[in-house]
Amino acid sequence: MHIMEGFLPSPWWQLWWLVSLPFVVLGFYQLRKMFQENREALPLLAVAGAFVFVLSSLKLPSVTGSCSHPTGTGLSAVLFGAFITSILALVVLMYQALFLAHGGITTMGANLFSMGIAGPLLAWVLYRAGKRANLNTFLVVFIAALAADLFTYMVTSFQLAVAFPASEGGITTSFAAFLAIFAITQIPLAIIEGVIVALIFKYIIDVRPDILVKLNVLSKTAIERIREAAA
Amino acid sequence: MKYKAEIIAGSVILIFAIIFLVINAGIQERLSDGEEAWGGADGQAADLIESGGYEPWFSPLWEPPSGEIESLFFSLQAAAGALVIGYFFGYYKGKRKGTG
Repeated sequence: MHIMEGFLPSPWWQLWWLVSLPFVVLGFYQLRKMFQENREALPLLAVAGAFVFVLSSLKLPSVTGSCSHPTGTGLSAVLFGAFITSILALVVLMYQALFLAHGGITTMGANLFSMGIAGPLLAWVLYRAGKRANLNTFLVVFIAALAADLFTYMVTSFQLAVAFPASEGGITTSFAAFLAIFAITQIPLAIIEGVIVALIFKYIIDVRPDILVKLNVLSKTAIERIREAAA
Repeated sequence: MKYKAEIIAGSVILIFAIIFLVINAGIQERLSDGEEAWGGADGQAADLIESGGYEPWFSPLWEPPSGEIESLFFSLQAAAGALVIGYFFGYYKGKRKGTG
């Protein structure tokens, strides 16, 4: 989903920076609160961040004959919400922009919005809704992670479409063209990301169910039910 | 079942690996000399934009000078992440075994 350096003309790159900034500020605020009040959860935060690092470094081949990366943001979105996830995504995007010339400083606002905010926000909403509807926890995590990944690339397509409307057919045509490049390639990768996040989630339930309860990700009864089913 | 999640994840990855091999075989047959398939989607989008006459107004401050160095940084990124994940899962697991 990286929009390459210099590939967003003015005013779009400034606009996306402005849209992303409040989320980052809120993210720092929540992060500070977690450092003060919930230090136990910090290792899990490190794991979620590391997970974004690993997954976004993998360029996977898709069915379309091109390669793309998963985002890895679904796990953090489910555990910590979209604001803290935006900080983790910012760190990864910085690394990739500075050392890999992947994405860029000027386009980081737009990339941060798609990968660190829009995708995670949708994942968080879907997770909460699925939990309330009493669906299977792993299914809900799978759907949330899949949606975070796929939606990220749809937002990227939209960002490019509004900045580069086609001369014939305008934004709709260019949106379809960018979707064809990004979203279709992404479908298989999003499915793979979904199952991997669900698997990691299982291991977290195994080792630290107490933190999940404290973060209000799962209730005590839900964890007991999962453990009984696994036994 | 204890390993249900592992089996599902493994099967999904296996299925996509097989699909990749099948598609790749077809693509390699049609490819002419010097052409390379499986490029990045990011680059394709950039090509599409440039085909409309757009020129990027800003270039990266630093670019990996070769594909090898680029893959070095990608590997470092993955290794750093994997290290942290492995460390904390191992720590938690060991701690639970020690007390339980």
